[in-house]
Amino acid sequence: MATLEAPPAAPPAVDFSLSEDQQLLRDEVRRFSEERILPGEAERAAEHRFPEEIVAEMAELGLLGMLIGEEHGGAGVDPLTYCLAVEELSRASAAVGVTMSVSNSVCAWPISRFGSEEVKRRVLPELAAGALGAFGLTEPGSGSDVASMRTSARRDGDSWVLDGEKAWITNAGFARWYVVVARTGPDPGKRGLSAFAVPADAPGFAVGRPEEKMGLTSSRTAPIHFTGCRIPAGNLLGTEGQGFKIALAVLDHSRLGIASQAIGIHQRALEVSTAYAKEREQFGGPIVELQAIRFKLATMATELAAARALTWYAASIAERTPRHPDAPRLASQAKLYASEAANRACYEGVQIHGGNGFHADYEISRLFRDVRVTAIYEGTSEIQRMVIARHLLH
Amino acid sequence: MQIELSDEHVLLRDSVRRFAEEVVAPRAKEIDESGEFPREFYDQAGELGLAGVAVPEEWGGAGMDAVAYCLVIEEISRACATSGVILSVNNSLVCDPILKFGTDEQKREFLTPLASGAKLGCFALTEPGAGSDAAGLRTTARRDGDDYVLDGEKVFITNGTHADVALVFASVDLTKGHRGITAFLVPADREGYGHGSHEFKLGVNASGTTWLSFEDLRVPAAWRLGGEGDGFRVAMATLDGGRIGIAAQAVGIARGAMEEALAYAQEREQFGAPLASFQAIQFYLADMATELDAARLLTWKAAWAKENQKRYTLEAAQAKLFASEMAQRVTNKALQIHGGYGYTKEYNVERYFRDARITEIYEGTSEIQKMVIADWVVQRA
Repeated sequence: MATLEAPPAAPPAVDFSLSEDQQLLRDEVRRFSEERILPGEAERAAEHRFPEEIVAEMAELGLLGMLIGEEHGGAGVDPLTYCLAVEELSRASAAVGVTMSVSNSVCAWPISRFGSEEVKRRVLPELAAGALGAFGLTEPGSGSDVASMRTSARRDGDSWVLDGEKAWITNAGFARWYVVVARTGPDPGKRGLSAFAVPADAPGFAVGRPEEKMGLTSSRTAPIHFTGCRIPAGNLLGTEGQGFKIALAVLDHSRLGIASQAIGIHQRALEVSTAYAKEREQFGGPIVELQAIRFKLATMATELAAARALTWYAASIAERTPRHPDAPRLASQAKLYASEAANRACYEGVQIHGGNGFHADYEISRLFRDVRVTAIYEGTSEIQRMVIARHLLH
Repeated sequence: MQIELSDEHVLLRDSVRRFAEEVVAPRAKEIDESGEFPREFYDQAGELGLAGVAVPEEWGGAGMDAVAYCLVIEEISRACATSGVILSVNNSLVCDPILKFGTDEQKREFLTPLASGAKLGCFALTEPGAGSDAAGLRTTARRDGDDYVLDGEKVFITNGTHADVALVFASVDLTKGHRGITAFLVPADREGYGHGSHEFKLGVNASGTTWLSFEDLRVPAAWRLGGEGDGFRVAMATLDGGRIGIAAQAVGIARGAMEEALAYAQEREQFGAPLASFQAIQFYLADMATELDAARLLTWKAAWAKENQKRYTLEAAQAKLFASEMAQRVTNKALQIHGGYGYTKEYNVERYFRDARITEIYEGTSEIQKMVIADWVVQRA
């Protein structure tokens, strides 16, 4: 497998095939998902129970260190391989998918990319071994408008001292490490922000009450509080004032993870809807024989193919040409399209299921609730369109 | 997985773009209005190797791959959708089946002049009573010694007014349904071959679309493409490839409209600021770009699958469905961004809007594509 640091230099070509390694990994994660995740998913979702045992198994399979270099105990896979893993996990459980992708994309990745050698040596092997990661960016008063955040970090001798509150933190309470963006300078707006690696046992760090969510009920989301929270000076990621840039780089990267999550949900919605349509009889035959139903399936399948094409293309560009000028636009396009297409697919999936689709016993009802957030988190659809338009009009 | 055009692709795309901008675009409006078939465009395109892009050089073609073909159709259609479909029909619907199903003699006799652009081809499948349901065609081919005698009528035949060769589908036995359908290569100068003149259409107005008629038209058995009863399979396989061309055409049309809308939004001012500064307009443009990229990727994916001898019926249907429907939305939004000016002939966007409409209809309507796709989804589940 290619590592993050060494993109291969194959001659240019148009080749849509997956490599043997990529196919092997996808098959392995699919087998794991079907055997270990799918069977308990409905129950965990109903009980709002965090999939702790699955996290441990994912660590054993190396899925929590996919974006960590081999020298720090990870697998260092290419972006597309990572996308395939997120898709397969999310096909079985969107909650497991986001738990895994948050730990990889928005915690391990920025630490690998922007952390000092010392921080990387301290943090990354732990994450690769199964300690979860999280990302603290959003605040109660600062969502899409990231630059308006108020959480502060003040230098005090060999420490940074953080004060403030972050909201909607996936993996909060279960994570061992948090990448946190806070205000370090007097500059208002984006120039005064810096990023830090904060351990869960830092003095002054606390996790609030878990949120009750519409979907992803077995993933954990909670606020985190910093009250004179003291961390070593070396836990600064990048340099002081680089926080906004790091946050944007993280989001560019993680958008492909969320696009892949949406694709996994979309794939599952198509599968369960097709199976239901073949089995459900009305008007004297299975409803899959009705053109109105078949055409819904055709549209779902076509939009799924389009979402995959955009996402895999963006991932392949991210691998071969990480600083490609179009890379942020391509990531946003993938996330925008995949999340909105998956929402349409789950909507139509419920429709195909009729009244049963509204019943908690049918998986499609969970998919419908789980998928909604893909058009919201890691940048709403509206933020993605702003990013895309900015690039077009540049 | 790696999607980067090769140096050869980039060279081709840039030279076709230059040709499209310098030669094709300036005449697009005029031929749209007059309906005059641009034969000299076809001749020039032939000299550049664009009449048989993916046909091996030994048979008169340019010897490039299916992705190269997509690039050609996109670039030409961006300038003029009429010109795009003329090339697409000759490449995909005439050269391709001869290359795939023809004998060496047929390739020498028919493919070489078609692929080099010396001759123009058309594809004669649709009839007044047999559109989406192609198996219901009524044109007959009666065996008579070493010949077949064709009788019947075809409609909506692109290139029909100027074609030198028609690939004609006729039944050797109407009682056999689609198993009786047989394909023939028919030169337009045969006795008994008739065709109509220009028919005004909503869009792609100069594509020479018209009817063909065959009355006691005698062709030697050696011009039968494939065996007796193979015609339906030939037609379906051919349309799989054709759908890639139409998807590329839709991508080209949409790109042309999108580029004009992008430029217009930056220069047109309202409420004291360029349209492009308004979030509503920005979001239209963002959606257009996203769908356009998705459509192009699906099209290239189908082309890649075809080039690598994989089954690509599903990929081609998805590319065609998605790209054609995308082109409706993108040209519609492009016209909307132009406001009242978009509704006038002063700008190209109304032509793009009209031209896009047919991509959802010909070479299999969106409904036919969905039938094809649904069959795959349901069978695989």
